[in-house]
Amino acid sequence: MKYVDEFRDPALADRIAARIAAAVQPGRRYAFMEFCGGHTHAIARYGVTERLPDAVRMIHGPGCPVCVLPIGRIDQAIHLALRHGAIVATYGDTMRVPASEGLSLMKAKARGADIRMVYSAADALALARAHPDREVVFFAIGFETTTPPTALVVKQAAAEGLRNFSVLCCHVLTPGAIAHILQAPAGVQDAVALDGFIGPAHVSILIGSRPYEAFARDHAKPVVIAGFEPLDVMQAVLMLVHQVNEGRAEVENEFTRAVTRDGNAAAQALVAEVFALRPTFEWRGLGELPDSALRLADAYAGFDAELRFGLSYHGVPDHRQCACGEILRGLKRPSDCRLFATVCTPENPMGSCMVSSEGACAAHYQYGRFKDIAVVAA
Amino acid sequence: MCLALPALLLERLSADQGRIDLGGVRKTVSLALVPEARVGDYVIVHVGHAIGVLDPEEAAATLALFAQLEAPQAAGEGAR
Repeated sequence: MKYVDEFRDPALADRIAARIAAAVQPGRRYAFMEFCGGHTHAIARYGVTERLPDAVRMIHGPGCPVCVLPIGRIDQAIHLALRHGAIVATYGDTMRVPASEGLSLMKAKARGADIRMVYSAADALALARAHPDREVVFFAIGFETTTPPTALVVKQAAAEGLRNFSVLCCHVLTPGAIAHILQAPAGVQDAVALDGFIGPAHVSILIGSRPYEAFARDHAKPVVIAGFEPLDVMQAVLMLVHQVNEGRAEVENEFTRAVTRDGNAAAQALVAEVFALRPTFEWRGLGELPDSALRLADAYAGFDAELRFGLSYHGVPDHRQCACGEILRGLKRPSDCRLFATVCTPENPMGSCMVSSEGACAAHYQYGRFKDIAVVAA
Repeated sequence: MCLALPALLLERLSADQGRIDLGGVRKTVSLALVPEARVGDYVIVHVGHAIGVLDPEEAAATLALFAQLEAPQAAGEGAR
């Protein structure tokens, strides 16, 4: 595929790897966080870690919207389907996320809940048109990439006067979450030491590179925005190593083929019209984060499922043994979790990091779990 | 979740829809978020919506940057 295959060329990967190895200063260690699950997946799938010098450690960030979705939000969606008899339309990624009482959307469906997997928000709207006698709720999750499509369908529903359509809005925002990772909660000494960030690829197409500038300045951490192909990730690591060596903390853009400083203005205007900032929102593993998520703006409150069905939010703690929280904060690796690859597998995930292929645990399970095990001759 | 792929825009249809070719697969997506996209452009498609337009010159420049990187030990290059 054009614009994909070229960015996976192994010969070029060798060249960039050699450059990184030459740039790393003796005795210095570099810890970089890739915020996005898309990068986590690329790093695991293409063996990027194996091509990096030992001095460079990649830490997987919380940028997987499925992974940071707290149990309480899945419970709300299940509640809408089972108690209120609504058709709940959702992206396939959310179907297997564990919820309370051993349920998930998939298991709730088996119990008779009317849950429909959709590819696009527009499909959810089509369901509302096709079932005028039923309430149809779109369980909207995702970062800034997925938010504008939700805004489009809300506007479309308003224009058509569709009264049986609403949105359970769980859209979350990237810049605030990146800043939070560097701020340990009061009294807790668990902020991980990081030398720089690989910034989001597709999120940045929408929001541009500008929103990271204040962050890089205030926290004195370099940010390099990179595409989701393996060569993009490696080039970003090289750029970060150079910034660290030179004592710079700037926003640089490796993904210039798709990301500009100002981003997609049409999408930003749409999002600003349809959504408003939530004062606080719970992220799995990170807790309540201020100004980190969106709700529907007052002008579109009629389409807010939380208001329409009088839902209240109840936080639910994760499984006691599950290390998703620490993994999402970069404090543990998937293999440090006692549940990893024993009771927690992609087929039967206990924690959210094992659900999406972009989750740190699922990526390591799929591509890396045998690589640390020594080969023993029989 | 944020997965998106570059696809060739083949045709603009009514109501902000467009026909795309994604590595040989043809489908209809929304172009409402990329009013500037023209037939022949590569658009980045995410959950049924084009969210951005690829800049071919920047793509070529990035690839050229990768290729120009001299391996520090040129002799070791043929070793793989």
